[in-house]
Order: sequence, then C-alpha cells, then structure tokens
Amino acid sequence: MTTRSTISLRVNDVTHRLCLDHRRTLLDALREDLGHTGPKKGCDQGQCGACTVLLDGRRVVSCLTLAVAAEGAEITTVEGLAADGELRPIQEAFVRLDGFQCGYCTSGQLCSAVGMLAERAAGWPSAVTADVSPDGPVAELDAAEVRERMSGNLCRCGAYPSIVHAILETAARDGVTG
Amino acid sequence: MSMAVHVGAVGVARPRIEGRAKVTGAARYAADEPIPDLAYGALVLATVARGRVRDIDVASVRDMPGVLGVIDHTNAPRLNPEAGNFFGPDGGLRLLQDDLIPHAGRPIALVVAETPEQARAAAQALPVTYDEQPHDTRLFAGHPAGRPALTLFDAPADIGDVDAELAASAVVVDERYGTPEENCSAMEPHSATAWWEGDRLEAVDSNQGPFQIAFTLATLFHLPPERVRVRVDHIGGGFGGKTMCGPQLILAAMAATRFGRPVRVTLTRAEVFLATAQRPATDQRIRIGADADGRLRAIHHDATYEISPLAEYIEGCTELTKTLYAAPAIRTALTVVPLDILPPYSMRAPGAAPGSFALESAMDELAERVGLDPLELRLRNEPGVGPVSGLPFSSRNLVACLREGARRFGWASRDHRPRMRRAGPLLIGTGLAATSFSTGAFPSTATITAEPDGTFTVAIAAADLGTGARTALTAIAADALAVGTDRIRLRISDSAIGPAWGAGGSRGTASWAWAITEAAAKIRGPERPMTATVDTTQLLGDLASRERHAFSAVFAEVGVDPATGEVRVRRLLGMFAVGRVINPLMARSQVIGGMIGGLSMALHEEGVRDPVTGRHVNADFAGYHIAAHADVPDIEADFVPDDEPGVPWGIKGVGEIGNVGTAAAIANAVWHATGVRQRHLPIRLDRVLES
Amino acid sequence: MKEFAYRRVTEIRDALAAGHGGARYLGGGTNLVDLMKCGVETPTQLVDVRFLPLGEIRETPDGGLAIGATTTNSDLAAHPEVRRRYPALSQAVLAGASGQLRNMATVGGNLMQRTRCAYFADPSQACNKRDPGSGCAAIRGAHHNHAVLGWSPSCVATHASDMAVALAAFDAVVRYETLDGGAEIPLERFYPPVGDTPERETELPAGALITEVVLPGSAVAPRSRYRKVRERASYAFATVSVAAHLEVSRGTVRSVRIALGGVASRPWRARAAESFLLDGPATADRFRAAAETELAAAAPLPGNGYKVPLARNLIAAVLADLAEPY
Repeated sequence: MTTRSTISLRVNDVTHRLCLDHRRTLLDALREDLGHTGPKKGCDQGQCGACTVLLDGRRVVSCLTLAVAAEGAEITTVEGLAADGELRPIQEAFVRLDGFQCGYCTSGQLCSAVGMLAERAAGWPSAVTADVSPDGPVAELDAAEVRERMSGNLCRCGAYPSIVHAILETAARDGVTG
Repeated sequence: MSMAVHVGAVGVARPRIEGRAKVTGAARYAADEPIPDLAYGALVLATVARGRVRDIDVASVRDMPGVLGVIDHTNAPRLNPEAGNFFGPDGGLRLLQDDLIPHAGRPIALVVAETPEQARAAAQALPVTYDEQPHDTRLFAGHPAGRPALTLFDAPADIGDVDAELAASAVVVDERYGTPEENCSAMEPHSATAWWEGDRLEAVDSNQGPFQIAFTLATLFHLPPERVRVRVDHIGGGFGGKTMCGPQLILAAMAATRFGRPVRVTLTRAEVFLATAQRPATDQRIRIGADADGRLRAIHHDATYEISPLAEYIEGCTELTKTLYAAPAIRTALTVVPLDILPPYSMRAPGAAPGSFALESAMDELAERVGLDPLELRLRNEPGVGPVSGLPFSSRNLVACLREGARRFGWASRDHRPRMRRAGPLLIGTGLAATSFSTGAFPSTATITAEPDGTFTVAIAAADLGTGARTALTAIAADALAVGTDRIRLRISDSAIGPAWGAGGSRGTASWAWAITEAAAKIRGPERPMTATVDTTQLLGDLASRERHAFSAVFAEVGVDPATGEVRVRRLLGMFAVGRVINPLMARSQVIGGMIGGLSMALHEEGVRDPVTGRHVNADFAGYHIAAHADVPDIEADFVPDDEPGVPWGIKGVGEIGNVGTAAAIANAVWHATGVRQRHLPIRLDRVLES
Repeated sequence: MKEFAYRRVTEIRDALAAGHGGARYLGGGTNLVDLMKCGVETPTQLVDVRFLPLGEIRETPDGGLAIGATTTNSDLAAHPEVRRRYPALSQAVLAGASGQLRNMATVGGNLMQRTRCAYFADPSQACNKRDPGSGCAAIRGAHHNHAVLGWSPSCVATHASDMAVALAAFDAVVRYETLDGGAEIPLERFYPPVGDTPERETELPAGALITEVVLPGSAVAPRSRYRKVRERASYAFATVSVAAHLEVSRGTVRSVRIALGGVASRPWRARAAESFLLDGPATADRFRAAAETELAAAAPLPGNGYKVPLARNLIAAVLADLAEPY
C-alpha cells in the first residue's frame, strides 16, 4: 500500500513539489511543509473556519482538505491576499475598524470574506435570503446577509460587529474584489 | 530629546500596532514558530471519570512508524508537588505522576513521534485499561461534600440581621439560579514547544503570563527560575484558559527532557475542553427583601460551585452582591463541592459572570413583584459607600451608566408588564442589568532603556492576548516619556524580562502601566539614567484602602418565537465606567467582545455530561456552541467619564466587565417577552418553547 | 488517523474497480476526513471521485432535474433551476453547515454522511452503529438532540442532512452504479429502518457509487419551503427541521408533501400528516392536527421530549406560511 505521494501544490502563484503522507491535510502542508502559518488550526474538524483558504477561488476549510486531494488547484492563503505588500481593501478595513483582537481567526475571516463576496457577486442566495428564486431582484447585501454568510468563521474575542462593518464597507466601496 | 512636538497618545483611538501582521498572516503564534529538528507529542486522555490506570500497552505502539516513545506515569520525570497557582498547590499540574485518574480527560500519556500524524495515530492506537471507581460529577446546593470556599477574596460577609430584615420585608424574592460548566474556548488551542539550550529549559507557549508560567514550570521541574525561559509572540485569545501552566507545556518539557530534542505539543480542540480548565457550574440561592417602595432591606446570596479535590479555586460569585446595592443586611457565602471533574479555573469575568446572572435576575424579579421600573429599582438602592466594607468608592459612576444607557436605549418608553410586544410571530422584550467588576493592580517590574538612536526600549513581561496590550502600553510609555509612539520599542511576552502580573483579573494594563510609568519617571528624573528598572510592589502597598470597581449597565432586546423557543438578541447596548480609556477603539472592541461572550453564555454555552459515565460529551465546537456571526446583532458600547484616583493614568480594567451582566439582561428581556423566568443557563430553546 | 492509499479517478468504471474492500469514495471529505481523524473511519484506500463526469445538473424530460453526485452543495443551492423549481431544496442546503463546507461537500457525500451523535464519533464510547453489539450509550446518556421517531433500542441517532430532508419531500430517486450495472432507489427507501442493524445505514450494495439524484417534475414544488430550528442561528445541526410544499385551491389542500429532519435516523416523510390533510380544508387547526397525527407515533426519551411539540409547531408554522395567499 502506497501511503505517500509526491505532488505539486500551487500556493499563492508558486508551485511546490512535496512528498507527503496522504494523511497530511492541506492545512498542515501549508503550515508545516511550506511555512505558510497564516492559516490557523482552531479545531481541525471544520467547526471554526480559522483554516479557511481559497481553492480555485472558493473558500474551503483546509483542515478537512487532504493535501493530496488539493493537487492541481490554485490555493490562496491570507499571505497571498496582499499582492506586492499592498494591503487589499478588506485587510485595510479590518485594521482600521478593529475587525479582530487576538487575530487567530483573522486569516480565516479574511479569506472567507473574499470568497463570500465573490459568491455574492455570482448571485448565490443564502439561508436568510427571503426569496431564493433567481427571477426576482437581487437583494441588497445587508448586515444580516453578511452575518449568515460569515457564520462559518467563529471568533471568540467577539469581533463580529467590526468584521461585519469592515465587509459591508469594503463591499460598498470596492465591489466584489475584497 | 525634543518634547515640544509631543502629542499625547493615551486616550486616542488608534488601530493596533500589530494590525498589519495579523491581517497578512505574518503574526506568529506559539504553534507557528519554526524550530529545527522538531518532534511532536500527542496526548492520551483518560476515558473514565475516576479510577486507576491498570495498564498502558506501550509495546504495541512503539514500533509504529515514526514513534520515538511514550511517556506515562511509569517513566515520567518526577514533578515537584509544591508547584501551584494563585490559589495554592495545584494537583492538576502533577501530570503522569501516578496511576490515579481524578477526572475524565486527565492526560495519562504522551506519545512522541517524528510527525504530528504519526504521533496522533499512535496515541489513538495506544491500548489503555482501567480499574474504574465510582464517580460523582453532579453539582447541587446542599451536596454533602460541600464546605466553605477559600477566603483569599470574596470572603463571606454578614452585616445586619438578614433574617429579621427579610421577615420585615413587604416583598421577598427567594429563588435559585443555575449556570453550567463553561469553557474559555479561545480560538487558538494551547500549544507549547520546549527544548534545552545547555542547562536552560526554553519554551514557546501560548499563555497569559510568561513570568508566572516560567516560575511554575521551574518549580515543577526542580529548576532555579533563571534556568527556565518561556516566551511567545502572539496569543490567540485566553479568556482565563491560558492562565495556568498548561498540560501542553508540562508535557512538552517532559518530552524535550526525555528525547533530547525540541518537542511541540499542541492540544486538539477536544483536549482544550477536557484537559485545560473550565468555569465551574454554579447553583445559587438569592433572597432579597424590600419595602413596598423597592428599598432593599436584605440581600442573601449563597453560591455553591464545584471544584476538584486537586486544587482550590474561588469563583467569586458574591463580589457584586457586596458592591452594587445599599441594604442594611447583607449576607454572602461561597460553598465549594469537590467533584471528580477537571479542576475549574478563571474564565472571563470569573465569579461575576454567573454571580451577576443570579443577582441581576433576582433584582428583576423584585422589580416585577414590587411593581417598579427595574431601572428605578437600581437607582433607588444606590449606596454611598461600600455596602459591606463601609469604605468609600475610589469612583463610582454606575448611575451615569444606567441613565445614559437608558436614554440611548429608549428605556423610558418601556411598558414594564411582560408579554406586551409582538412583531409578527415573535414576542419582543427588553431587559437590563447593572454590573461591577473589581479593579486594581498587582506588582510588576519594567525596564526602560534609552537607546543611542533616540528610541526607548520598554521591556515588561506582559502578554497581549488580543487585548491590545502592545498598543496600549506603547501609548502609555510614549506619554510617560513624552515622546512619540514611533520612538518606543516595546518588548513583552518573555519571562526573561522579569516578574510581572499576567493578563488576567482585569488587572494587566493597570499593573503594567504602573511599572512603565514609574520607570519612565526615573528615566526623565534628575539623574537621567540610560536604563531604569522599577518594581511596583512597594508603591501598590501604599495605595489607599477603597472600594475599587469598574461599573456598567447593559440593555438587551430579544425576539422570542414561542412556537420554536428560539431566542435572538436584536439589540445590545452597554455603557461602561472603566476609569480612563487608554484607546477607545480597542477598549470598545474589548467590551463589545465581552458582551458577546455574555450573549453566548446566555443562549448557547453548556458543557454537557453523560449522566452515567460523568464524561463530557460535547467537547467540540459542533456540540459546545459559542455565538456565531449570525447570533450577534450590531452592538452599541460607550464609556461615561470616569477615573481611578491613585492609579497612574486612572486605569480600571476592561477585560472582564463587558462579560458581566449581559446574561442577566438577556434573561430579563426573555422574561419581559414571554412572562416566563429563565433561572438556568443557557436559555435553550427547549426551556422557552411553548406547547 | 490510520495510513491509507489515495487514488484519483476520472472514469466511473475505474472508481467501481477500486471501490471495494477497505476503500471509501472521497467527495468533499467534510465528514469522512473528520471521522478518519476521530478513528471512526479507517479506510485502506480513498478513491477520489470528485473528478468523475458527475458534476452537472441537467433537466429531465418530465420537467425535473438530475443532479450529478459530485455537484457541490454550493452549486446545487445556487443553481437557477433548483431555486426556481425546488426552492426548499436550495434553502435546505443553504441552511446546512457553512459556506466553506458547502463549497466542499458533494451531493453524493451529503447522502452518505454519518450521524453526528457524539457517542458514534468517539471510539471509547458504546455505539451499535460504529461497533455492533457494543450497546447504545445515548439512550441512557445525553440524548437531548436524538431521535423521537423510528428509533430502536439499538440506536437513537438522527440523520444530520438538511438536503436529504428536502429530497425526501420531493420524492427524489437515487441512482447508482455497481460493477454489475446501474440501478435506482427512491430516497424514502434509501435509508432503511434502524431495527437491530443500525450499522446498515443505506440500501446501497457494497462498492456502489451514487451517480445522480433525480427530482421528478412537479407543478407544486416551486411553492415549497424549508425551515430549520437549531440551537444557534447558523452553523449548527438541526434540532428539528421541516421541508414542505403545499398546494391549496379554494381553501382545500390539493397537494402536500412534508418531511422532517432531526427527529429520526433518516429524513422522516410525514405520510400520515399528508393523508390527513389531502382534500381537506387548509386551516391552522387542521395543520396542527395533521402534525399531531404524524407525531402520535413519537416515543421521546426523558431528555428530548421537547422535540415533539417543537416538530408539531414547526410543521404547523411552515404549512401556514405556505397556505398564505400567493
């Protein structure tokens, strides 16, 4: 039985060759093998969102993604959000509006917010969207929508209101780019 | 040194110094530190609530891939039993010393391997057999094992004649209130990496006070304190759960010793629940007697909570009862019941969070029975001096919090009768609570060095759990030195800096600021030394005897669906009197965070035990719910003018007060919405659902 | 977690050839990988099926939809035809898990997810589903969120899927392939009664691979609704949920489908309530009486009796919503 594989992982536009134990999650590969410690391990069970990264542009929890299963995907971590050292608007808004305290959930909140805004731009409804029909007008992205869509990212410090402000402000100012 | 251009930094709302690092993933937490030649430890926890380890079959995992070895009670280094915590010797620290199992979740072995996966796989495969013994994990007032708590603080009070005053009262409330076991649940699980550098034990550990932790670790391992160094850069939240020398650090130190290389032990989320600390369950009885006009005659607050026989602990539930209201008779008592449970320890707003739920719920019941506005009831019983101590208050701005909060919340238009407001299928209600949390400072040392380049290195073994300590202390140091913040180089989170109080008890900022301020005064003093170290022990002793507390008033509005029992908080507002606010942006974040903790306590949090085995069965974030984004409305929080005379910068703590009172305000709002009292937390939907 | 081999397949026949013995099919992994970490699942090989040509949603001749098994939950919930024709299905999926998990989880994996009973997920506890014959710790234990309908003395766990509740209400059919060829089974019979074999969770033959879920065309499904009650506003499993659609004409119920989640080992199709309501008046009293008819069979444990009035109230509330004038 082969329990290890050599794979290519493409992270933040850089391709890495790695020989990995199949048990290694994408989260652990990012952190332990590639030194991308931005994604955090809060629960390792998909129950907190601190490990959220973008996989082909979609937000996923990297703790339940096996690294070997992520081969071939474009992975973006929090380290890849700020191109050329310039903070993205959502990052700048988090700092200015104090969208975090301890910061441990922050990289997950940021990646989740970027993914969420793209989902929203694609017209995806949410559990609080009054009418999911595709034929009606697209409802406004209000605080209730942001809260529901961001609920997969727990924050124990209680930075939720500031995070919601930062996301709403960014969405209003910068559209979908986050 | 140019001082002409100096503009004060204290009191200015500024983003966190480490903000950029935290939004780019660059901020390093304990498990992020790259350490060469690292091995990984995985814990094995006891799965019985009480008994003995019969056998651990180490041989069956020793040859698994990557396994370096197993440490258990048969081969672990001997630890010093004198090691303890704030409350005295702590048997909870004495891991792997014998075959006794004092509670389910007790670490009984550590498997060390080359990779985390290998360590975990072997830990899961390790066969353990037990000799089980009968256990008791059920708390209730009147438990035969109950005895008085330690009296280190929140000692029992008895002034006036409570029984006579109750007998003479026109209205008496006599109710029991219960709160469950709760877990601090910082998002960062505890992680430690330990290794030896020559004869010095080095560790990176996520904790709330590196000096105290290093001291405890040194004691445990029979080492002189200077041969142990504990540090960390960033800490992913603490909330009390990282106050003690955690199992991650003790076991990592054991493994580093045994295997001669750096070992990292990062707890799983389940291990954080089962093996670190918890807020104890409480069972509280409150009797309040009042005249027909709502003037209190007596308050009697009897709080029973659980501890472990391994360690003492004080859940100071009755502190507020001795602080908030004037009454001719006040009696309080704390009773502990030793049970076969994980030793409880401080969780955000220890004592005050469960205590205020009981007291402020009872006050609301009194207002109902007297037929008085709950706000007016509080105002009518405002004391002039400490109700029990008779000491003057250093400052007391509770009335300002109540009045300003009521104004902003629109309290005046409230119909005080329950079940009068509806919004579609929802019942709407509002409630309030008044709160206090004791404040003060503990001895700390700080060193300031004037550097040749015109900057100042300010070193203090503080910890920034996300409180903003880095930013606040930088501002304080800048103002104390009368320079810009850009000239301050702050060093914190390293035990080698010297003794300092940890981040806890809402006393971090006051304690650290005091030491920094005094050191700065020396630097600016006539001798102009290049470096100055100050220890505040003596100064603190000279502080005048006063009742010292932060105060706040919390207002909540809830919507309740009686058909499903779902409770949602629609509005939450807090007004705070917390002394001088060092950084309004961060302080506001912190009290809002505390209120969210209170909301979470009110509606969600509960450690659930199996009634047969006594084991926790919801030791994860799917089973132990903390509030998510969708549970939390926009929250208003603000500060009334306040000061703390005698304390540099007029600081009171803001760490705990936000958490206090919110649960009672929400419970009172649920009563106002439904007409049914909720005397047990959390306010689960099955407790609200109407058939 | 135990070591395992990994194989990524792009052809169904390759998947079937590999998917036997100790192998498990890997979709999003949101449940399987978690259970592997707990030591509950111990596959010797993972067959990654996400790259099979099963990710499409297509329209069927009868006006229904066929949903490929590797469609993610997100793509299912966001699909315009799902939202137009079966809004309760979109709502049910959106009510489940989190945005991240829905981006990972697949339709086939969602159907195959295992119970969230805490005793099941902990190998140190007695659980007949995980370890047949070891007993059920939940029945005498902490069963606040366990089943009230259709359970047996061997297991009182609930099925956690929100999606499957909506599929049950819509008479969905599960299609699968085996080495011996394809077959299909109605969702309502996909999950067998618990009986004394709680470890047998589906009627799928060993090694079978779910290929698609077919929703029959329905004129009334567009008027459907999913409502979920849980102990947190989001990101929590159901306490009780209801998927329903209702057609009322001149005050009379012409068509009704009701399925419950969180109350049984499988999505609970409320046939008794449906029969009670059909061709009768669409009134609040009747909705409540229908719910009571269905729940007459409920047998709550000491710690979960609240689920019975909760389910009754929720059924009545959802039907009342659906009966509102168009």
